[in-house]
Amino acid sequence: MITFENVRKSYGQQCVVRDLNLHIQRGELVALIGASGSGKSTILKMINRLEPHDTGRILFDSHEINSFNPRELRLRMGYAIQSVGLFPHWTVTRNIATVPTLMGWSKTRIGERVHALLTMLDLEPEMYGPRYPHQLSGGQQQRVGVARALAGDPDVLLMDEPFGALDPVTRASLQQELKRIHQMSGKTIVLVTHDIDEALLLATRVVLIDHGQVVQVGTPLDLLSQPANDFVADFVGRSDMGIKLLSLQQVRAFMRDEPPLPQAAIAIATTLREAVSTMVQNRTQSLNVQDPAGQHLGVLHAADVFGASAAPHA
Amino acid sequence: MRIAFATLTTAGMAFAALAGLPLVSVAPNRLVSGEGVSGWAMLAQVRAGIHVSTIETTLPVLLLTALLALIGIGVFARQTRLLNLGVIAGTATLILALLGLCGAYAAQVALAQSPYARTSLGSAFWLVTLMAWLAVMDRLHAMQAPLWLRGLVWAGWLAGAWWLAASGSIDQLSLMKEYANHADTLGAAVARHLEIVVLTLVPTLCLGIPMGWVLHRWTRLQAALMPVLNTIQTIPSIALFGLLMVPLAWMAKSWPTLASWGVSGIGLAPAVVALTLYSLLPVVRATLAGLAQVPAGVLQAARGMGMGAARILWQAQLPLAAPVILAGVRTAALQTVGLAAVAALIGAGGLGAIMFDGLFSTAHDLVLLAVLPILGLALVCDAVFVLFTLLARRSLKGEPT
Repeated sequence: MITFENVRKSYGQQCVVRDLNLHIQRGELVALIGASGSGKSTILKMINRLEPHDTGRILFDSHEINSFNPRELRLRMGYAIQSVGLFPHWTVTRNIATVPTLMGWSKTRIGERVHALLTMLDLEPEMYGPRYPHQLSGGQQQRVGVARALAGDPDVLLMDEPFGALDPVTRASLQQELKRIHQMSGKTIVLVTHDIDEALLLATRVVLIDHGQVVQVGTPLDLLSQPANDFVADFVGRSDMGIKLLSLQQVRAFMRDEPPLPQAAIAIATTLREAVSTMVQNRTQSLNVQDPAGQHLGVLHAADVFGASAAPHA
Repeated sequence: MRIAFATLTTAGMAFAALAGLPLVSVAPNRLVSGEGVSGWAMLAQVRAGIHVSTIETTLPVLLLTALLALIGIGVFARQTRLLNLGVIAGTATLILALLGLCGAYAAQVALAQSPYARTSLGSAFWLVTLMAWLAVMDRLHAMQAPLWLRGLVWAGWLAGAWWLAASGSIDQLSLMKEYANHADTLGAAVARHLEIVVLTLVPTLCLGIPMGWVLHRWTRLQAALMPVLNTIQTIPSIALFGLLMVPLAWMAKSWPTLASWGVSGIGLAPAVVALTLYSLLPVVRATLAGLAQVPAGVLQAARGMGMGAARILWQAQLPLAAPVILAGVRTAALQTVGLAAVAALIGAGGLGAIMFDGLFSTAHDLVLLAVLPILGLALVCDAVFVLFTLLARRSLKGEPT
């Protein structure tokens, strides 16, 4: 879907992105993560040509992005940013309708689309559609920002620290929302973030960037279980790497097909982190595993979790 | 404590002025300076008069007493909405009563002395009017009065003055005599004054807003252009009119077509050019400030979504900058209303022409006859822009207008 080939970008003497090679598949949710000033935002802005690249090639749908008209390119890519950037003098409805209007959709089609998006993002259309941005909470504004980015049904969604300014509770709920949207729509999403937990939670692949260079590319599990070097280990949080690893894996892969024990039970979709937490709470070494209907499926043993968590046997 | 110090102070100053300063001044004819007469002396003389109806004589006394009582309550009692309204209505009535009293006195003077005698409003009258106006503004502010109420107060003052003038009871005041002598030219002068203002504001807007946008876009030009505009602002208006005479006269001579359009060294053309140059600075500066306060996130999102530069300008930047730009245009408009008076010196006409007539013949009431409409124009202009800005702000905030 999007390919970087030896891309380089400098501001004057300072090189902000060097020798970038990256291929983003259709349907992936790629998180670009790094400290501030690492060049992650610049990489994102090069995709929709808000920042031109100096050398190398960036391909979108196997065509060099410079061969597109920048406006048409941007219409095919949704764009959401941290400060949201809603038009303060337009209603929520009109804000979301921005891209469909630019694309020349009919009024009825735009109306239906706005209605569908507001419903999908948990905003009552009749109530929130006619409101103005200043009448919404920060979280609601960002929801509208995401809806606006999705409005033109773009091939790619570019998100620049979209949840950075929100409180932890609102952020967590919007992260779940985004995960759901990604799974539901199968859209390609490129997300810039400096929050490693957000990257590990949402991304199918994480790209760790430092000083304009890619340090490691891999699934969240790869980054935690096989960090390429000390920098990566430090970045993903050396002290609680194990806990993070547990939260990425589910009970399903570790349970044994055994008859029920006289122990507490957990659901099959639980993460190892929650399972271990339950064990500690109940002062036990093993737990029964159940399906959503409460049917016994197997038993989870602490020894299996701690002995082989990096390499599950199923 | 709920004592309204503004009401107390203005009332005190008003009564001090009434006690110590002349309410009118009386001169044997238009050209010599008059002698001041205090309000108390007038009241006694008017009462002794035989040709004035009892209503005209007793009304002011009654109202004065009523107002004293009102202000007393307003100062020392709890400030309720009703009392505020009372102060507002009472002060307006006081001014109108004073005006009526002066008119009645002038009528007696005309009868007793000679038809050429001039009775002019004195310093006490103007001071009391000013104090009354301040007291009213203070109460309106304290009440957080809605727009319609402020409009109503304005209309009340104007309607009262109009009623007094139409009833003929102030006909013998010098100001009204000047009006009677100049009634035919005054209307034309107001129209001409407005013409100068409009002819100035149109090119100011057409040039100033695009200039502001250009300077916003290419910041380096600011260092070059803003000092020029600032310098123009410091040139005295008469000097600028003079400076423009030469090139404009030369242009009119060289290109007869221009001359046939009315361009010449004196008259409307140099006035409009100079006034436009003056009003550019506030408009350009406001446009710059307005565009600068558009949130960066809005512009970044707009660009990222694929909006073109023109669309961003028309749909985001200009609407969001509008309240600030309007404030600049308001400054320019008010400045032009005032400066247009000076343009009369180079033959542009307008109310300035009548004003200078009065100045050169030391006929103070003729000066006043020209200055009052200028003041009125400025106030109307201001009110119109306040309304515009309010509407622009409201539409931005998305409140119903």
